[in-house]
Amino acid sequence: MIDKRVASLADAVAGIEDGATVLVGGFGASGVPVELVHALLDQGTTDLTVVTNNAGSGETDVAALLRERRVRRIVCSYPRSTGSVWFEERWRAGEVELELVPQGTLSERMRAAAAGLGGFFTPTGADSRLAEGKEVRVIGGRRHVFEEPLPGDVALVKAARADRWGNLVYRTAARNFGPTMAAAATLTVVQVDEFVELGELDPEVIVTPGIFVDRVVRVGAA
Amino acid sequence: MRGRELCLDVRAVARRIARDIPDGAYVNLGIGLPTLVADCVGDDKEVVYHSENGILGMGPAPAPGEEDPELINAGKQPVTLLPGGAFFHHTDAFLMMRGGHVDVTVLGAFQVSETGDLANWATDDATHPPAVGGAMDLAVGAKRVLVMTTHTTRAGEPKLLPRCGYPLTAAAVVDRVYTDLAVLDVTAEGFLVREMVAGLTREDLQGATAARLSFADDVAVLEP
Repeated sequence: MIDKRVASLADAVAGIEDGATVLVGGFGASGVPVELVHALLDQGTTDLTVVTNNAGSGETDVAALLRERRVRRIVCSYPRSTGSVWFEERWRAGEVELELVPQGTLSERMRAAAAGLGGFFTPTGADSRLAEGKEVRVIGGRRHVFEEPLPGDVALVKAARADRWGNLVYRTAARNFGPTMAAAATLTVVQVDEFVELGELDPEVIVTPGIFVDRVVRVGAA
Repeated sequence: MRGRELCLDVRAVARRIARDIPDGAYVNLGIGLPTLVADCVGDDKEVVYHSENGILGMGPAPAPGEEDPELINAGKQPVTLLPGGAFFHHTDAFLMMRGGHVDVTVLGAFQVSETGDLANWATDDATHPPAVGGAMDLAVGAKRVLVMTTHTTRAGEPKLLPRCGYPLTAAAVVDRVYTDLAVLDVTAEGFLVREMVAGLTREDLQGATAARLSFADDVAVLEP
């Protein structure tokens, strides 16, 4: 019997080790698995490499990890936003390393990892300083830069509903990085608003099939 | 610069860009001022707006109190979804941008070179962390790249240059530039002026531009 549901947020993040590379879903405040990130914070896990589009804002989720000095390195496309105070403070102090990646390349590098690819060539960034130190090849008359796959040890994802097999559907634009991150990590942990019975999710509209999911936990209203 | 009082306001520039958005186009508007263009596209056209966070058929801001915190645009502002709209994941959203599926993008710029190089993501200010977002993906991937910018910086420095001084977003990608003074095409011979605001001389415009300008035979008036 397959049952990926876990009873608590603590169970959901159990075993995530210091030094892990953690893919954290979300775009701005949309689709961020806030409760899972806080559970990781409560567990004391540290020395993390965090892969996420924005570097957190205010005092919650990734910003809280940065504030508590749990992040060694952040791989990110747009770390600067209104309220990204903790990222900027840690970055200025040299306490967190930043790898800046164009947003589509960030997503595609994770997809490459998910697909078992050894990387890809893209024109995105090929004429920019972000290509420095990377292989550049002219393909079809255009410069392309080689980008490596970006796998996670862990993915933390927010979805709307899950069944016990870990099939997922999302809500509006909160889907964003979720499906790609879920497929790109060794351990994929998903927080949802609701559990449903197996068979209740329309197979025509399941977005992330359960093969990519290891643990699901329900948050919010009991 | 002489002629500063002739400059169009940003809404007029947005209106001018909107005229060049074809009916039926799939369009991605960059963060900030380019989003004004959507307000200026007339009801006679059906345009599908794309957002990098996985939306096609994005609609205007919701009424106060109707905001959905998860349904936001690239600038993280609340938006709506129009009938026929779709949600999809980030990798597909960027596949649309990077793979040449978006017809038109409108982007801001710090600098544009006469060969169509675009600098719009970083200055040489090392006191702020760098951030790139989807700028490079859009610049290389959209079928047509339109730039919306002021002709000069606030300090009066030209933004249209022989070569960009700021770090490049992408090389040889810009098709057309809309400024508060002129509409210019990037051609094999450099910037070609198509339209200019009334009352400005060619010498005035050249004086505000570091790159050498050429002028179309039929330069039109850029209407306010």
